[in-house]
Amino acid sequence: MSTQESKKSIISSLAFDPGRAESVSAPLSPGQLAWRRFKRHKMAMGGSVGLILVFLFIIVGSFLYSEKDANHVDVVHRLTPPSTTNYFGTDSTGRDLFARIIYGGQISLFIGILAVALALILGITIGGLAGYLGGWVDILLMRFTEAALSIPSLFLLIVLGKLFGSEIPTLRFLDRTFSGSVIVVILVIGLTSWMYLARIVRANILSLREMDYVAAARALGASNLRILVAHLIPNTMMAIIVTATLGLAQAIISEAYVSFLGLGVQPPTASWGNLMDQSISLIQRGVWWMWLFPSLFIVMTILFTNFIGDGLRDAFDPRSTRHL
Amino acid sequence: MTTYIFRRLIQGIFILMIITTVSFGLTRMSSDPMAQYTLGRISAEDRARIRANLGLDRPLYVQYFKWLGLAVRGDFGYSITNHQPVSTLIQQRLPQTLVLMITSEIVIIVLSALLGIYSAVKQYSLFDNVLTALSFVGYSLPIFFIALMLMFIFAVQFKEWGLPYLPTGADIWDFKDPRELTLHLILPVASLAIIQVAAYTRYLRSSMLEVLSQDYIRTARAKGLMKSAVVMRHALKNAALPIVTLIGLDVPFLLGGAIVTETVYSWPGMGRLFWQQAGRGDYPTVMAILLLVATAVVVFQILTDIAYTFIDPRIRLS
Repeated sequence: MSTQESKKSIISSLAFDPGRAESVSAPLSPGQLAWRRFKRHKMAMGGSVGLILVFLFIIVGSFLYSEKDANHVDVVHRLTPPSTTNYFGTDSTGRDLFARIIYGGQISLFIGILAVALALILGITIGGLAGYLGGWVDILLMRFTEAALSIPSLFLLIVLGKLFGSEIPTLRFLDRTFSGSVIVVILVIGLTSWMYLARIVRANILSLREMDYVAAARALGASNLRILVAHLIPNTMMAIIVTATLGLAQAIISEAYVSFLGLGVQPPTASWGNLMDQSISLIQRGVWWMWLFPSLFIVMTILFTNFIGDGLRDAFDPRSTRHL
Repeated sequence: MTTYIFRRLIQGIFILMIITTVSFGLTRMSSDPMAQYTLGRISAEDRARIRANLGLDRPLYVQYFKWLGLAVRGDFGYSITNHQPVSTLIQQRLPQTLVLMITSEIVIIVLSALLGIYSAVKQYSLFDNVLTALSFVGYSLPIFFIALMLMFIFAVQFKEWGLPYLPTGADIWDFKDPRELTLHLILPVASLAIIQVAAYTRYLRSSMLEVLSQDYIRTARAKGLMKSAVVMRHALKNAALPIVTLIGLDVPFLLGGAIVTETVYSWPGMGRLFWQQAGRGDYPTVMAILLLVATAVVVFQILTDIAYTFIDPRIRLS
């Protein structure tokens, strides 16, 4: 970016620039300003389009291929390389990898979204309580958070995956059967990814609770809970949204890691991670499609989500003048 | 300073207590240590006798404190599946993991320093732009993808094309032979390093740019020093400060990454041991490795904070 351009972008990000007629006529809300900055963030917009395409692929794909196709074993055509009948080739039991990537993607994204939701609930509750109540509660909760952060998450994922993974019933949901390990993986990832959120929420609340409007609310007789839920948490929402977006990418990676290591989603239910769990032994026989296609989808989804998260962070920061 | 270190140590011990308590509970719930005895035909009385002998009939917290008392003395008990002392198992695996981690860390620091400095000095050049884009992508790549891709290209395809190829790690080789060790190290180290190099290059670039725009750099240039001297002697020292903190925080990443890398490349290290034994429900080994890993992370955090005050006198610990 040249200095000329960066000057321009600094000027254009000022809402009250007299050169922009619409800014003068109506002051924009912080949300509108953020959306405007987000739209100008090229990588974030690219990421959004990409992520929508990935979602379209796994949704439209499930109308073209039934789940029966995805789980159909055909030993005669095992490990066939990509062709016009099997676009992404077949796996070691002859299942079509293209169909499995469609259904695996649904499971991976489903796990990612629910795991982030769980992490949000845990992180906001723990961080909110620690930050607002302070004192002993704060010390205990934060030491606990630090303890959870002191074990690299993959170690925790493996221990928890083993803990919950011992007996797994099959579930029926929306006329489809899932391996119960899907729920296990959601729990495991959610339980290991709330820590940063808790810290961010706590830090935000610590600084916010000293604000005048909190004192005003208290003077009006608002309860602790009301101040926390109605005033403090909404004001940390931007930080929470950014962390949750980046957390989605992290959750998808985590699912891939545990399933790749064989302690995650159990076949025949496909996930992007467990499609690759045999690839270490097969790679030496020249089988490249079994790891390349699933990991490409994982990498794309992570990249797009990270782009969006980055764009959101810049868009929510009123001081930000960065436009890539 | 002494009180600070003391307080951090107490905190660290408290954190380790939480970790061991929770993970002891979790590992014990996840696997029944008696599971192996159902394999043979053992009468109920014998089972009860073995349970009592192993102390498994006592309450969990008693078992925990017994375990802890022995663990702080370096006795982690016997592996359930290998019937060897856990400390022996770990002693066999630890050197390999350390070799892998230390080599990776050196590669990470040297490469990212070179790339980051060059990128900052040549800001907005083609090299800088390409590197920035690459590092953004590299930072988002999962380690298994990098490991599998490198293995496929340099071990499998190169062999097929008749080019000099690198080993996949599935072969039998001698850890003590320096040549074989180097050959076997290249791919695992590369897969561990790429992600961190991508991250640090970005980091060092921006911290270098910040330093380069400061007045004392202009003064140094104005008094006639060569650009290379200013960059290497004046700017790098200050720009490299944040890297010190990152190195300490690398420990958990490298340990976690080692599980995947060691698994993909059949590297006989601790990460692979953890994965294998966790799958088999060998809780003494799992607990010992968890404790080691957590201790390493906590100790390095404290060391990083202390090292930082020595390097940057502006920072006072309180």
